Amino acid sequence: MNIDPVTLSVVHNSLVMVASEMDLAQEKTSFSPIISEAMDRANGIYAAHNGELIVQGARGLPLFVGVMQATVGHVIERHAEVKPGDVIIINDPYLGGTHLMDVRLVKPFFREGEVWAWLANSAHWADIGGSVAGGFSSDTWEVHQEGLRLPPIRIAREGKLDEDLLALILANCRVPQERVGDFKAQLAALHVGERRLNALLDRYGSATVEAVIKEVRARAEAQMRAHIQALPDGRYTFEAPMDSDGIRDEPLWVRLALDVEGDELTLDFSKSSPPCRGPMNTPFATTQSAVYIGVRHMFPDVMLNAGCFEPIHIKDARGTFLHAEYPKPVAGAAAECSQRVVETVLGALGRAMPDRAYAGPFGTAGNFSLGGYDPKRQRHYVMYYFSGGGYGGYWEGDGHTNACATIAFTQTQPFEVLESHYPVLFEDASLREGSAGAGEFRGGWGISYRVKLRRGEASAAFMMDHGRFPPFSLGGGTPGAMTEIEVSQAGAVTRPPHISKGTGYVLAPGDWVRVKTPGGGGWGDPRKRDRKRVERDVRRGYLAPAAAEATYGWVENGASAGDLATPEDRPLKVS
Amino acid sequence: MAANAASPTGVGRSEPAASSHVGRSALVVGVDVGGTFTDCLMLDPVTGVFSVAKVPSTPQDQSIGFMAGLAALKCDLTKTQTVVHGTTVATNAVLERKGSRCGLITTKGFRDILELARRTRPQLFGLTGEFEALIPRELRTEVRERTDADGEILEPLDEGEVAAAVAYLRSQGVESIAVHFMHSYANPHNEQRCLAIVRELWPNDHVSLGSDLLPEIREFERGTVAALNAYVQPLISGYVGRLSARLRDGGFARELLIMQGNGGMMDAPMASRHAVHTVMSGPASGAIAAARIGVAAGLPNLITCDMGGTSFDVSVIVDGVPSVSREKSIDYAIPLRIPMVDIHTIGAGGGSLARITAGGMLQVGPHSAGAEPGPICYGRGGREPTVTDANLVLGRINPSRINGVARAADIDDVRAQVLEKIGRPLGLDAEAAAAAILAVANASMAEAIRFTSVEKGFDPRDFAIFAFGGAGPLHASVLARELGVPKILVPMFPGITSALGCVLADVRHDYGITVNRPLLEVNGAWADGLLAGQIQAGRDLIEREAVHVTGIDVLHEADLQYQGQTHVMRVTAKSPGFDRREILDAFEALYRERFDVDLSEMTPVLAALRTTVIGRRERHESMDVVPTNAATQRRSAVDDEHRKVWFSGGWSDTPIVRRASLRPGDTLEGPAIVEQLDTTTIVEPGDSASIDAHGNLVITLASLA
Repeated sequence: MNIDPVTLSVVHNSLVMVASEMDLAQEKTSFSPIISEAMDRANGIYAAHNGELIVQGARGLPLFVGVMQATVGHVIERHAEVKPGDVIIINDPYLGGTHLMDVRLVKPFFREGEVWAWLANSAHWADIGGSVAGGFSSDTWEVHQEGLRLPPIRIAREGKLDEDLLALILANCRVPQERVGDFKAQLAALHVGERRLNALLDRYGSATVEAVIKEVRARAEAQMRAHIQALPDGRYTFEAPMDSDGIRDEPLWVRLALDVEGDELTLDFSKSSPPCRGPMNTPFATTQSAVYIGVRHMFPDVMLNAGCFEPIHIKDARGTFLHAEYPKPVAGAAAECSQRVVETVLGALGRAMPDRAYAGPFGTAGNFSLGGYDPKRQRHYVMYYFSGGGYGGYWEGDGHTNACATIAFTQTQPFEVLESHYPVLFEDASLREGSAGAGEFRGGWGISYRVKLRRGEASAAFMMDHGRFPPFSLGGGTPGAMTEIEVSQAGAVTRPPHISKGTGYVLAPGDWVRVKTPGGGGWGDPRKRDRKRVERDVRRGYLAPAAAEATYGWVENGASAGDLATPEDRPLKVS
Repeated sequence: MAANAASPTGVGRSEPAASSHVGRSALVVGVDVGGTFTDCLMLDPVTGVFSVAKVPSTPQDQSIGFMAGLAALKCDLTKTQTVVHGTTVATNAVLERKGSRCGLITTKGFRDILELARRTRPQLFGLTGEFEALIPRELRTEVRERTDADGEILEPLDEGEVAAAVAYLRSQGVESIAVHFMHSYANPHNEQRCLAIVRELWPNDHVSLGSDLLPEIREFERGTVAALNAYVQPLISGYVGRLSARLRDGGFARELLIMQGNGGMMDAPMASRHAVHTVMSGPASGAIAAARIGVAAGLPNLITCDMGGTSFDVSVIVDGVPSVSREKSIDYAIPLRIPMVDIHTIGAGGGSLARITAGGMLQVGPHSAGAEPGPICYGRGGREPTVTDANLVLGRINPSRINGVARAADIDDVRAQVLEKIGRPLGLDAEAAAAAILAVANASMAEAIRFTSVEKGFDPRDFAIFAFGGAGPLHASVLARELGVPKILVPMFPGITSALGCVLADVRHDYGITVNRPLLEVNGAWADGLLAGQIQAGRDLIEREAVHVTGIDVLHEADLQYQGQTHVMRVTAKSPGFDRREILDAFEALYRERFDVDLSEMTPVLAALRTTVIGRRERHESMDVVPTNAATQRRSAVDDEHRKVWFSGGWSDTPIVRRASLRPGDTLEGPAIVEQLDTTTIVEPGDSASIDAHGNLVITLASLA
């Protein structure tokens, strides 16, 4: 079928819109700020025959790109006989998953009596049971300690919700009244998707829409192949360490050997560390997804569907911590290990295309979770805060300050929203001075915040990384600053033994937590840095004058800060 | 004239004009200042006679061009009742980061909120891009104070620190201050106390308060509105003050009115205080005029394409209503959470510069030659080819009628420059180089239309393009063909549409307040009192603004959510007689309709109450198309001039038609060029055009009809 260019772009964009409308419905109706504000979720349309990605909503979490198509694939394998109105729920990490908190709903979409596609979404539930409120325990050694595990099972049959099953699930979650809201928000998104997709098919006919999907898939593949073809053939390696697995205090290594051959990439992670004791094991679907994200950060113009994955081959990583198998715990996979996998891809591809290489990003989700009871509002709560950090410098600019994780495309929750939901008070939240790696283009700045518990008792857990190994630099730059955590309990201040990870800190009113996140790595020789940029950094207090002198060879020139800050002095560059 | 005015039955929201007030015979003037031209429209409501003028903008002080435009209209300010102005001063200041030097006073520990933003990156993939906060870090000061989410003051304001902050900011040459405290939407006490102290110490009125401008939760968004207001306030108030003085000197006895981004207007003193509301006001008034004209012409679904000298603005009008958004961002990480007409802008205009990049690629825009020096063909010293120059080389515009230019450059000189700067590097002759410039510019404009329509789920085939601005009708046919839009509407005076919108707009003020209480605990009388207060604030403001209105419309809305959610749904509310049960029913119905889900086990919360107060201005029914054209003889095809014009197939001898010679019912077959004072319309080969009953030129595309 020959598709004219207008129909092609209209139908393709409409498909993306269907998924984006699902995103929006879920975002508007969810109860956990991590879904509604931080947008830790995704919605998409997947192929009827094998679950491969047709489109994902524009505001979906990038990490789910590969994860969801693997999930739908497993659902297809296990549910040969589905009926209209069936909805399957699954959070099994080993079946195309991440961690237990990412609960996925999958629904067959019927057209003329046949499954025409699958609609699916995921949502990070703020709790799914387990030993720690919020699920981010850093010292578990079995998945069963992490919470309730759901294989792909029907939660609705022919349009009828299985209330018994739902009750069982909710009885195993903390704060069930919010969880049922998050669950219904996912259902709402599937309803919206179904309605919009039917309208689209009514208007254009399924033959046209199918032809568009096929054509767009082919174009995405061709785009990706053209990019790979332009790289010099050869083997490029990169390795990146994680602080620890949370139990054994020794580093875990992600080791990548990347082969460029013609217009195809082959990635081999087999030299990475073996499966670990603590929760840093990574389901293979998560590893694959992270690879796709890394490649797309290097080639951002490629359209996103199963076609662009076609020329990328990822070798089986069994025997390493990047291919988790039952019953290994996985809580740190999605947010932490995935970012280190992305960095090895950025690093190895950066060696193949050095004029378009990024220095290392801050590389940790900075997850701080707090669970407790608020006596004033008389309710239990689970709070998450994911902090940002600096990106690495790059060929024509400084790294972004307080950026989101490379595997995400999310906003942080406003402090005012957190304080209105939970009994906490943020005492400060500022840019972390001095945290960026130096370079001709320096890294972006991390952040520093201190939060105090106001009421009741609560338990804090931390799952972060880059506390022992800093974000990498390139070409003579220096690395970014590392993660620091302090906890004050009854006036005594301590740091977690594993620096970036810790569980079971019981807090009383007045106790506080301080978190400092990494800055990005520096790019290029600091001595080549534009003097105006150094002066700006000093004037703004990003950098002490002594540090500017030592690192950049900057001398203050006798000018006062007031002289530097003349009204003509405008920002240097905007985005 | 266009819009509802020409319709014998009356359309849109028109109604009989009030007849009992003084000054009905007085003139109404709309002035829209764009990056390149200042457009003026003057109407005598009694005779229906109107006149238009277009003069070069004067970016160094827009009020000079403004007054030159009034002079060109021969406007007698002593007989003028209303002057309404749409300005780009604020928008440009933000986009070009040329706002005032402003300082921030904020809660201790939070001075970096404006820079940390919401922890994002500029694009979904790729780790590039930097962000500069509107207020640089060295001008962001902190004072001890703290309020919590319930509005309880945990720490009183340290007044000594406020005084010290003010002294520091003054010493730094700061012109304008933003005050932004945590949770000030819940309790503005500390912020207001700080304001009082700053007012005593600060040498001017440029103090912006977060809780005053946007009393809503989310510290970054509220703080950004305060910072934006501080950033543009000195510019706007200086400009509006100069302009008011010039108007007074000219004999104008009333208050100047300024357009807002929400499509309504406010008076000059209000604009000086709430300067941020003028952002995007010019494009908003264009959308207002387009909506009225489209409804009258029977084309209520429009994609408006406004192409001027520096930018290309797109908006979507469905069923005669321009879409309004409260979720707009002016730029990356610069959210502006006040109601604004939803307009997407890119840097593509007649003055957009064509350049060859380091990589050997032809690039058009976003840089513009602006009004000075302007395109090469303006003969003001411009040496870099622009989109306008390319149109000239291809015969698409008339070399002897370049707008607003006293003495145009020689066309051979323009052709030579296009050949040298663009043709040679690409191995093309002058015509092919000019065609390439247009192709690149058109592609980026088509992309902008897709972003606004297709990506929001609208099919362009259900719409007509409303082409306006000086250059919109020149490019509309190519864009329509590219996107599959079957019809194009070119209004009578496409170059002054935004100025017309100024004349047609109503006065509008929006109010909102965070409530955050369970809906079923909200007392109806209490809510009525609160909403009545908002109405009163709007009425007082309109009263104080001394704008003549024929009536006041009020719209109440309630923002609702279930306890625990962070997003809201909006339903219409009735007041007096606020009924929580009714509101709940509407909310639950909306939930079922949009999401097909029932959350009745959850606790509904009233998040905010809102009021829009609209002061309806007189409808000018008597404006008519006929008087202006009566002076010009009706077109006779045999008398058409001809000129060689380049179309995609090559050169074609093309009739040149004067727009004023066309009458309702007249038709044209492409290729044809329709010329008028403020624009040139191209009817491509094969397409046809006709003049409708309101004087609009409607083009029907051959292959898409």
